[in-house]
Amino acid sequence: MAQNGKLKLGLYWAASCGGCEIAVVELREKILLLDEAAEILFWPVAMDFKVKDVEAMPDGHLDVCLFNGAIRTSENEHMAHLLRRKSKVLVAFGSCAYEGCIPGLANFFEKSAILRRVYLEVPTVENPEGIIPQPVTPVPEGEIEIPRFYNTVKTLGQVTDVDYFVPGCPPQPHQIWAVVEAILSGGLPPKGSVVGANEKTVCDECKRIREEKRIKKFYRYHEIIPDAERCLLEQGIICAGPATRGGCGALCPTVNQPCRGCYGPPPNVLDQGAALLSAVASVADADTEEEAARIVGEILDPAGTFYRFGLPASTLHRARM
Amino acid sequence: MSDQFDPRIVAFVCNWCTYTAADNAGVGRMEQPPNVDIIRVMCSGRIEPAFILKAFALGADGVIVSGCHPPGDCHYSSGNFKTFRRMPLVEQLLAQFGIEKERFHWGWISGAEAVKWAQLTHEFTERIRALGPLNWSRQLEDKEGDGHL
Repeated sequence: MAQNGKLKLGLYWAASCGGCEIAVVELREKILLLDEAAEILFWPVAMDFKVKDVEAMPDGHLDVCLFNGAIRTSENEHMAHLLRRKSKVLVAFGSCAYEGCIPGLANFFEKSAILRRVYLEVPTVENPEGIIPQPVTPVPEGEIEIPRFYNTVKTLGQVTDVDYFVPGCPPQPHQIWAVVEAILSGGLPPKGSVVGANEKTVCDECKRIREEKRIKKFYRYHEIIPDAERCLLEQGIICAGPATRGGCGALCPTVNQPCRGCYGPPPNVLDQGAALLSAVASVADADTEEEAARIVGEILDPAGTFYRFGLPASTLHRARM
Repeated sequence: MSDQFDPRIVAFVCNWCTYTAADNAGVGRMEQPPNVDIIRVMCSGRIEPAFILKAFALGADGVIVSGCHPPGDCHYSSGNFKTFRRMPLVEQLLAQFGIEKERFHWGWISGAEAVKWAQLTHEFTERIRALGPLNWSRQLEDKEGDGHL
């Protein structure tokens, strides 16, 4: 605690989109309560602190650091280690830090393929000299260094010790507030827990009518106008609800969108993608091997669909190099 | 001992058909390669895709899934239906992860097909031996330092 009795708080982003930061601002008027209770000492996206300010802190100076974003570059990893050292409690905040999220889908490719695509092949890129950023570039004044781009996206927990995990892409504001309250009241569960979420699946929170799942054809979302009342999976739309931890209040199914799985696996599920594959394939209404192969064979990009948010944290972590 | 690669193969088999076949193959003194580690489960419908991925992640070079012949052989009448609905999708998934389709075999062997089990273990072991080790745990080794394109 600071001398004024306030909680010393740090917020950081690594490989992320900024959505987690928006989610914090989405606390709306409660952000004033947060400001009353906590002194923010580091928050690059919103306030003017520098890395050297963090480096100057004694170890364990921050009471809590909410770290969002995956580990994609050497800088991300450096900051993860630095903030681990400076924080009493390090929280993997949001799906990227918790399980890799959308940046983690890059683990289906190799670094070289990603750089080639981004800097040479994308139609809107004009790069006649074919320049690819290098970690070290000589210039007349000396050498310029940029962070190294890793071959594999990792989660925060894969590079350093993490105390708590807050799932969600992004975490829902009411859940963030619940976590903040738990921190302030000292009511946090044992280290290593997933906080700001529920212990059951999204289906448990979903109000849609569930009858029998017998799917003759799986649809991509744009190929069908879903009934607003019935279970989306029953209608042949791949909904990640059965294999996803609840806590969002079934936000997507409520607005006629299938759950995409951003809250990660439910408790005791080792591999969200495999669990979702199992759930989806099992409802294919096929009584012969040929029919089953046809129905599930029409699912486009199963790995990318089932591991949309959790590839780096999954059993296999990445595609083979 | 020769220097040839000895693959590690994990076989998930159902209690009622394929395990019985494997048991009969043993009782019948049929020669089988020692590379196949059998994990008996009650039904092939119990074999979660996560088991297969975990086997590969923990060092298996090949995985076999085998149960009772559909449609009618399943002890629980339709457990094998779950198997044939899931396994084609597992095949697709493994391909996307860059695991050769030859490393994963799924199918049916009844209790009366001990010879078929013995043959499968031979053929599959030789197939994996030819492919070489998978070494999945090396996937996470840091390679980011080298070859920055």
